[in-house]
Amino acid sequence: MKLLTHNMLMSHVKGVTKGYPLLIKATEVKVNEVEFNPQFVSRMIPKVEWSALVKAAEELGHRQDLPAELLADYEKNEEFLKKVHKVLLEVEVIEGCLQCPESGREFPITKGIPNMLLNEDEV
Amino acid sequence: MDACVESNVSAVRKSKEDKKLLRKQIKASHTLLKHEGISTTPQPTKSLVVANGGLGNGVSREELSAVLNEMGEVETLIMPPHKPYTFVTYRSEESARKAVVHLNGQKLQCGENSVTLYLSYVSSVPCEEQKSASLPQGLVLVEDFVSPEEEALLLTAIDWSSTDGDVSAQKALKHRRVKHYGFEFRYDNNNVDKDKPLPTGLPEECLPVLERCLRNRHINTVPDQLTVNQYESGQGIPPHVDTHSAFEDTILSLSLGAKTVMEFRHPDGRLVPVVLPGRSLLVMKGESRYLWTHGITPRKFDMVPACDPQSPAHTASDVGINSSLTLSKRGTRTSFTFRKIRHEPCHCAFPSSCDSQRALSAPSPPSRPCCHADATRLEEEYVHRVYDAIASHFSSTRHSPWPRVCHFLSSLPPGSVLADVGCGNGKYLGVNPEVTAIGCDRSSALVQICAERGFQAFVSDALGVPLRTASCDACISIAVIHHFSTQERRLAAVRELVRLLKPGGQALIYVWAFEQEYKKQRSKYLKEQNKEHPDEHLGSICDGQNPHVHGMQDVNKVTDGKLSVHTNRTAFNTQDLLVPWHLKEGKRRGADESRESGKENLRKEKPTKASDNSGLPSSLSSKTRLDCDHALSPGFGSNTSSDTTHSPEAKPSDNTSHSSSSPLRPESEGSPKPVFHRYYHVFQQGELEQLCGQIAGVTVQSSYHDQGNWCIILEKDR
Repeated sequence: MKLLTHNMLMSHVKGVTKGYPLLIKATEVKVNEVEFNPQFVSRMIPKVEWSALVKAAEELGHRQDLPAELLADYEKNEEFLKKVHKVLLEVEVIEGCLQCPESGREFPITKGIPNMLLNEDEV
Repeated sequence: MDACVESNVSAVRKSKEDKKLLRKQIKASHTLLKHEGISTTPQPTKSLVVANGGLGNGVSREELSAVLNEMGEVETLIMPPHKPYTFVTYRSEESARKAVVHLNGQKLQCGENSVTLYLSYVSSVPCEEQKSASLPQGLVLVEDFVSPEEEALLLTAIDWSSTDGDVSAQKALKHRRVKHYGFEFRYDNNNVDKDKPLPTGLPEECLPVLERCLRNRHINTVPDQLTVNQYESGQGIPPHVDTHSAFEDTILSLSLGAKTVMEFRHPDGRLVPVVLPGRSLLVMKGESRYLWTHGITPRKFDMVPACDPQSPAHTASDVGINSSLTLSKRGTRTSFTFRKIRHEPCHCAFPSSCDSQRALSAPSPPSRPCCHADATRLEEEYVHRVYDAIASHFSSTRHSPWPRVCHFLSSLPPGSVLADVGCGNGKYLGVNPEVTAIGCDRSSALVQICAERGFQAFVSDALGVPLRTASCDACISIAVIHHFSTQERRLAAVRELVRLLKPGGQALIYVWAFEQEYKKQRSKYLKEQNKEHPDEHLGSICDGQNPHVHGMQDVNKVTDGKLSVHTNRTAFNTQDLLVPWHLKEGKRRGADESRESGKENLRKEKPTKASDNSGLPSSLSSKTRLDCDHALSPGFGSNTSSDTTHSPEAKPSDNTSHSSSSPLRPESEGSPKPVFHRYYHVFQQGELEQLCGQIAGVTVQSSYHDQGNWCIILEKDR
């Protein structure tokens, strides 16, 4: 699971109103090299929840020095885009779990795949 | 030995053009390896991945290891089964460097084939999977059961030239030579004429062997039927369970001549290959005799554990351990199968595969759901569990993305966020590389395939997709919503898609159409019947009680509320039904693939630039795929009008078979290939529009019929 995917995921347990962002409890994290495409990263930045991304990167120890607030004019800041690129696309959680911030429900991540299935009484 | 290896790797002087080509090919192999989840690194390390040098494309351990050893001391060599690559770790980085310099882009001659090796550094080598494939319960393999002298004696006892039907029954089957003693086994009804023993019993040369079996307690009674099969290299026998009502429990199979690999399959999908060395005795009892199918895939090479002098007998039969596999060339093998005729009905503990017991427990299909709990139960058993069970076969039939879906995906602006809800094997996730595609599916087995291809995917139900509201620029739901068994649930599934969309975002939905003939055009699904399966008629559970109605007003009339079983490649009689899935194995799948690739070739001949996603790495089985450029670009060409649309259904199998009511209780005998049933609600014309019309805040942008599917594009109001 890349952090870009994590940024989109939320908890959907019945009754939960603040299921975002999911906490990451990782036991295995990998950094896979991905070809850097500054334009693609620039396009993705407005699609992500910035604070959730920074928090997730922090949890995995890969925040680098990403600012809490998104920079203005980031499109032209290649150094910044490279850092975002790494966090969005290169850092991957292989094993661990995602936890609902409200209910505490944990969703396992195995072989990089989050299992978000709910039990019958949770839907 | 060294000199001979030297000559195997042809040192070719490279021109500028060649170097350019090599760089291109290396880049291609990197891309593909990445899809397999293997990440290469530019920095030298001790470990390398050798693309094209794998068991999957005909390279044996011995051949590869000889060349690799030239470069330095090899610490480990991991050859994953069926894969076209190998991992090698040298004792020193220096040796790995040397290997890259000398072997990269070089051709390796393996038998009649030659492959081009591409080497890249990897930072880590995957752990050898410790899948200890324990033998099926009740199966025993005794090596060296007969001496070479006895072997010779037994082989000469079988007179293949005899055509005298009075002495024994001899049949020239398509795939092997067969001779029967004691009783004739009839392949037309998979049974024996118990009242008609053959005039001659078992050859007397067999008696000492059978006495030894008795003494060693492998059997309690002396068998009275013998079938001798002779397999040339490249021949095999389809997976089957020996008919329960024909023979008693224990079945003995003595292997003479060349070794082979016999594959045992459990209905739950477990596969255990067992190496049968020459002069070994295989004893099948209990579960291994009654429930597991056994068969020999027709091929000329087997994957077997590499020769290890210290390896105990147990691991010799255990092909499941990846670490030291190699290829073994098949020779002529003769098997003696000893069985005892059964005179009473079988009372085994495996009624699902028992012909004696089937008549008693007539299967009953499920009914249409009348409440929420019914619906979830039905979908759990007839959708979710089936997809998990058939995942890999299902995936192998899903190569080609449908052109009009690709068109939708390709028209999305760069940087769009796309959710594929019910993504299956992920065939749409890579179509447009300019968008961020995230897939989800209810089947973890299918999501696993997506992940192996390097796509982002998670396991989730389409009724509760755990993605932020209004986070997606586009959603697709291809061949998913027809698996929900009530109108309420189908509506909820569309609602969930709409929730994910941003204002202005679009959703594309495909469902299977009740109308397989539209505007006088028969869908591909129907057409393929005539082309490929002229004789096919798959029976139904109701045995002719299906309401054969044709008018629309009648389609929901189902006798006693039971779901009927659809006959593959025919028009639908009802809207709610069970569709059989015939699990194909070994050879048949190969035939399928050649058909697919034939199609690709046709397409390549067209002048249009048709790029096809079909060759994505899960089907990376041959070197041509690895070398083949077109499989690498998951982009979409301009060829939207191509004729490659597939209906949601797989090509059905070509044998006649009965259906059983449980999707997970496949047939075993008569039709050795398991049959699963998936629930479908096929949509009538206008129904999808009507369904989507109930949702506020969304506009139907267009709707159309595409090869037996109803399709709709919705746009969320701004």
